[in-house]
Amino acid sequence: MTETSNAIVRFVDVQKSYDGESLVVKKFNLDMEKGEFLTMLGPSGSGKTTCLMMLAGFEPATHGEIYLNDQPINNVPPHKRGIGMVFQNYALFPHMTVAENLAFPLEVRKMSKSEVEQRVQRALDMVQLGEFSSRRPAQLSGGQQQRVAVARALVFDPDVVLMDEPLGALDKNLREQMQYEIKHIHERLGVTVLYVTHDQSEALTMSNRIAVFDDGVVQQLAPPTVLYEEPENAFVANFIGENNVIGGKITRIDGQSCQVDVGESREVQALAVNIGGVGESTTLSLRPERVSLDPGDDCPNVFEGKVEELIYLGDHIRTRMHVCGHDGFIVKIPNSSSHAQLHEGAVVKVGWTMEDCRALDVLN
Amino acid sequence: MSATVESVAPEQMVTADGTPLKVSLARARRRARNRALLLVAPLFLFIFITFFIPIFSMLFRSVENELVGDTLHRTVPLLQNWDESGDTIPGEEVFAALQQDFAEAQKTKSAGRPGRRLNYEKPGFSSLFRKTARKAQKLEPPYREAFIKISKDWGDVEYWRVLKRESGKYTKSYYLSALDFSYDSEGNVVKNPGKESIYIKLFWRTLWMSMLITVLCLVLAYPISYLLSTLPARTSNLLLILVLLPFWTSLLVRTSAWIAILQQEGVINDFLVFLGFLSDDGRLAMIHNQVGTIVAMVHVLLPFMVLPLYSVMKTIPPSYLRAARSLGANPFTAFVRVYVPNTVAGIGAGGILVFIIAIGYYITPALVGGQSGTLISNLIAYHLETSLNWGLAAALGAILLGGVLALYLLYDKIVGIDNMKLG
Repeated sequence: MTETSNAIVRFVDVQKSYDGESLVVKKFNLDMEKGEFLTMLGPSGSGKTTCLMMLAGFEPATHGEIYLNDQPINNVPPHKRGIGMVFQNYALFPHMTVAENLAFPLEVRKMSKSEVEQRVQRALDMVQLGEFSSRRPAQLSGGQQQRVAVARALVFDPDVVLMDEPLGALDKNLREQMQYEIKHIHERLGVTVLYVTHDQSEALTMSNRIAVFDDGVVQQLAPPTVLYEEPENAFVANFIGENNVIGGKITRIDGQSCQVDVGESREVQALAVNIGGVGESTTLSLRPERVSLDPGDDCPNVFEGKVEELIYLGDHIRTRMHVCGHDGFIVKIPNSSSHAQLHEGAVVKVGWTMEDCRALDVLN
Repeated sequence: MSATVESVAPEQMVTADGTPLKVSLARARRRARNRALLLVAPLFLFIFITFFIPIFSMLFRSVENELVGDTLHRTVPLLQNWDESGDTIPGEEVFAALQQDFAEAQKTKSAGRPGRRLNYEKPGFSSLFRKTARKAQKLEPPYREAFIKISKDWGDVEYWRVLKRESGKYTKSYYLSALDFSYDSEGNVVKNPGKESIYIKLFWRTLWMSMLITVLCLVLAYPISYLLSTLPARTSNLLLILVLLPFWTSLLVRTSAWIAILQQEGVINDFLVFLGFLSDDGRLAMIHNQVGTIVAMVHVLLPFMVLPLYSVMKTIPPSYLRAARSLGANPFTAFVRVYVPNTVAGIGAGGILVFIIAIGYYITPALVGGQSGTLISNLIAYHLETSLNWGLAAALGAILLGGVLALYLLYDKIVGIDNMKLG
C-alpha cells in the first residue's frame, strides 16, 4: 500500500457480512479528499449505510481496513474517532434543550465552560437558531431540528461529518432549502462530508463526487456531471436521471464507435463505452433530452417515431414514442416558442448523435 | 333567549342561525360528554359501592366513638358538669343515671361492647361493665355507695376520667395509640416508653423495607428491561413471558418455594454446607426474618418494575446512544447522560408502583416474615382479625394511606406525575 495519499478517509478492500453467508459490502475501496463532499447514492439495501456505519464505528468491518488521517481505525471505538454524524431521525436528545444538545459533545471533551458557551453560540448562529437555544427539540419544527442536528455534528470541529439520509423526513420544499443550506455550510467550513442518500437530485445538488452503490459494489465514482453524462454502465445510466434503454447486438466495432443491431435490421451508431466483442449483447443508453426531432442529414442515427402519448409538464413536453420497436421511448421537447406541434399518432423523424448514445453492458 | 342574543357583543362570533358560537359549542360538547358519562357510569357505580363506601366507612371507624355515649346516654350528659381535674368522683345524680343506663343495657344485653371499647383505654373496664350490668337492676339508693360496693373501681377517679374522655361522638385515642402515644393517669398525652412503642417502629420498618425492595427491584429490573428492549422481537417476547410467568403461578406456591429454598435445611444452606463454606451448625437464617421477606417480595414485585421500564425503553431509539457515542461520549457517559434520563418515566412509574404495593403488602411477610420481617399490614390484619380493635386497625390504615399519598405528592413535586408512564 502506498501511504503517501492525502486522503482523509480511505476504505481499503472493505467487506461486510452480517450473517456469514452473503456479503452486504463486497469490495469497497474509496479515497476521500480533505474538504470533499462525497455522496453514497444507491437503492435501499445496496450497502451504503453499512459503509457509513463502519466508518462511524458502529459496525465492525468483516474484512479490510479503514483509515482516518492515515491511521487505521478498525479497533478505535466510535467515541474516539472524532467523526460527527447526523442521523436519519436527527437523534437529538429529547431531555436536553437545544443549547444542551450542542454543548454535549464539548462537555464530554471536558472543555472549559466559557469555551463551551462560545462554541455553542457560534454553532447556533451558523444555523440561525440563536433564539431557540432554550427550547426542547420537540418544540422545534422538522427543519429546525435538522439544523440543530447539523450544528451538533459540527460543533466540535470534527475532521469528517457523516450524514445518513438526513433530509428523508422533511417535505419537498424544505428538503430543497436544506440541501442548499448544508451545501453552503460545507463550502464555508471546508469540512469533509460523507453523505448517504437514495435521492439522486439531492446527490447531484450537493456533491463534489458521487459513489453509486448497487448490490454491495460501487458502480461508478465520479463528479455529478460525469455521472450523468458519461455513465460507465447500464445501472448508473438508469439510476441517475431518465434514460432510454435499447437492447441490441454488436455488429461492428470501429475504434471509439460501434454499430449495434437493434432488431428489424436497424443499425444504430453508438459510442463504445463498456462492451464485449462483436456478436455480443449490449444496452444502448440515450438521454431523452438528447433526442432531436427532424434532425439534419448529417445525423448518423435517424429513425421514424410514432407519437403514442403527450404529457404537458410546463417547461417541457414529455413525448412517449414508438421507436425501433420500443414503445417506451421518451423524448423531451423543450417548451420554446418554436417547438414542434405534435399530436398523438403522428409519425416524425427522430435522431441523435453517435456520442450521445452510449453502448453499455447488459442490464440484468 | 332573544335577550341573550341581543346582548351579544358585536365582535362575538355567532353561528349561522345567530346563536353565540360559545353556547353552540358547549351544547355540542355536552351531548358528547353525557354519552361518555353514560358509558363509564356502571363502572363508576361499581367502584363507588364496592370500593369507596367500604373504604370510607372503614376509615371513619378510626375516629368514630358513639358506642359509649349511646349506651350510657343518661350518664354522659351529666358527666360534662363534672370536673375531671379534681380528685373527687362524680356525685350521686351521676350514679343514679348510671344505674338506669346499666339497667337498660342489661335488658338489651348491650353493656359488653362499650366495656370492651373502654378496655382498650384502660384494662379492667370490660369486666367492670359486665359485673355492673349483671347487678344494676337490683341496686338501691344511695347508688354511689352501691356501685362502689360492686367494684371499688367505681370509686377510682381514673376510671371516671377515661369514661368522660371517651364518651364523645369522636375520639382521637385510636390515632394516639397508632402513633405510640397514650394518656397517663392525669389524662395528659404522653409517648409510650420504648418497649411499648411498636407501631412507629413498624411504620419505619415498613417504609425502609419498601424502599429497599423498590431499589432492589430497580437494580434487578433495569438490565432485564434493557435486554428485553434491545433483543429481536421473537426472543424478547419469549423472555417477557418468562418475566410474567410468576404472575400465573399462585402466590402461595411461590412463597412456599422460597421457604423450601431459603430455610435452614433448604437448598442454599445445604449447598453451602456441601461446599464447605458453612459448618453444619452455622447454617444461615434466611427465612422467617427480614431477609426472607425482602427476597420473596422482590421476587413477587419484580414484574411490576420490569413492565413499565420495558415499555419506556422500547420507545428509545438506538440512535440516541449512537449519537452520544459519535459525539465523543464513552459508553458509560452515553448511558448515564443520554439513556438513563430518557427512562426516568419508567423508573418513576415502576418505582411508585412497587413501593405502593410493597408498603401495604400482607401475604408474603405474613408467611415468611417471622418476627423481624413483619410489616405494618400484618399488624393491621392482627387488629382486624384477632384483637378485633377495628378502630385501631382503621387508624393504622389511615396513617398508611396518608403516608402513601404524601409520598405520592412529593414524587409529583420532584419528578412530576405527568412524566410517569405505566405502559
